[in-house]
Amino acid sequence: MTEPMATSATAVVKTWQMYRAMVGLGVLCGSLIVTSFLVTRATIAENRRRALDLAVRTVIPGADRIQVFVASSDGGIARGTEDNPGEERVYAAYAADGELLGVAIQGRGLGYQDLISVLYSYDRERQAVTGFAVLDSRETPGLGDRIATDPSFQENFIALDVTLDESGSELLHPIVAVRSGEKQSAWEIDGITGATISSVAVASILRESAARWIPKLNDHWESMRQGG
Amino acid sequence: MSQLDSASSEATGSMWEAGLWRENPVFVQVLGMCPALAVSNSARNALAMGLATCAVLVLSNTVVACIRSLIPRQVRIACYILVIATFVTCIDYAIQAISLDLHRALGAFISLIVVNCLILGRAESFASKSTMSAAAIDGASMGLGFTLALFMIGAVREVAGSGSLFGISLFGPNFQPWVIMLLPSGGFFALAAWLLVFAAWKERQRPRLQPLEGRAQ
Repeated sequence: MTEPMATSATAVVKTWQMYRAMVGLGVLCGSLIVTSFLVTRATIAENRRRALDLAVRTVIPGADRIQVFVASSDGGIARGTEDNPGEERVYAAYAADGELLGVAIQGRGLGYQDLISVLYSYDRERQAVTGFAVLDSRETPGLGDRIATDPSFQENFIALDVTLDESGSELLHPIVAVRSGEKQSAWEIDGITGATISSVAVASILRESAARWIPKLNDHWESMRQGG
Repeated sequence: MSQLDSASSEATGSMWEAGLWRENPVFVQVLGMCPALAVSNSARNALAMGLATCAVLVLSNTVVACIRSLIPRQVRIACYILVIATFVTCIDYAIQAISLDLHRALGAFISLIVVNCLILGRAESFASKSTMSAAAIDGASMGLGFTLALFMIGAVREVAGSGSLFGISLFGPNFQPWVIMLLPSGGFFALAAWLLVFAAWKERQRPRLQPLEGRAQ
């Protein structure tokens, strides 16, 4: 009679030890993770802001001041902040004298391996994309990642045509990627040999993002100009 | 006492030698192959990945040795994983704070340090049976051995695949890079090349067989 009781008592102690170990360790580890998150949060946010700032200044050289705009609920655009990470944003860049130099637009889409996040600038006077930078990508090193580094691919974005049609609500010629060396029109992107999927992905990101943003930016250009 | 001291320093020396060379995690134990092959496409990435793994290994080994008497056998693996995952998360935040570019280059592999069999292997086979200081030394020696191996693979891949080392061009603009060395298969080639070198070196170290006497007769 005493033997089973002793066994069950040992079992209870063991269960309690297991709970103590798991819960105790869980609480300690949880606190450690939260602490390190809180300690590094400000630095990480600052790093992100600085990286984006640098990217905007790369695609729009000569920018002195940068103002964030977001799509407002009524279909227009409104001044925004960096706080909401899920929101689509555009960055208006102003020269030192307050002149609106251009707008950098953030676009995102699926590449060969994972999401590609890009930033490109829109020049309203020339009706063209005039700068392009890759913010984040996990494309194949040596092949797909040339969308960020290849100088001849970058040449596509010296003046990529994004003229609007007469109604002003759609692009006259949607942006498309063509095989390397076959570019004939100003709205075509000359692809990279060996990185077809990544080149096509960049073209489709730009096409969709430009179709959504450029008519909107055109409509509100004056208010953005005064925002500087 | 002095005998004890010299014995313990000998043991420490042998632990360092084991991690860095005799039982090198990558070249001898063939552990942690996934990050070793995936993130070793440049010397910088390889070094960063190796050091991050090393930091997690030292911290987790130390903590596991410290709490080993409080952890019941039945839940030990869950507890080790919890400790390892915590340190990996902290290191992940630290890398993001140090350099976002580096964090992007290492990608998902930082989080995957949690399931690196090298770390759980050392916690289970060494730290759970040793004192804190021995476990910390073991973690550091195995971690540095892992870092060294990753760096050796990464350096070969970067030199052949991009013609540079740490981003500094070695052969000038006319060099035609071997792109395959940067692709996943390049990792296997670089690892195989190093294993070949070590095998050849070991073969030469082995005492030669004496020629049989009177063979000419």
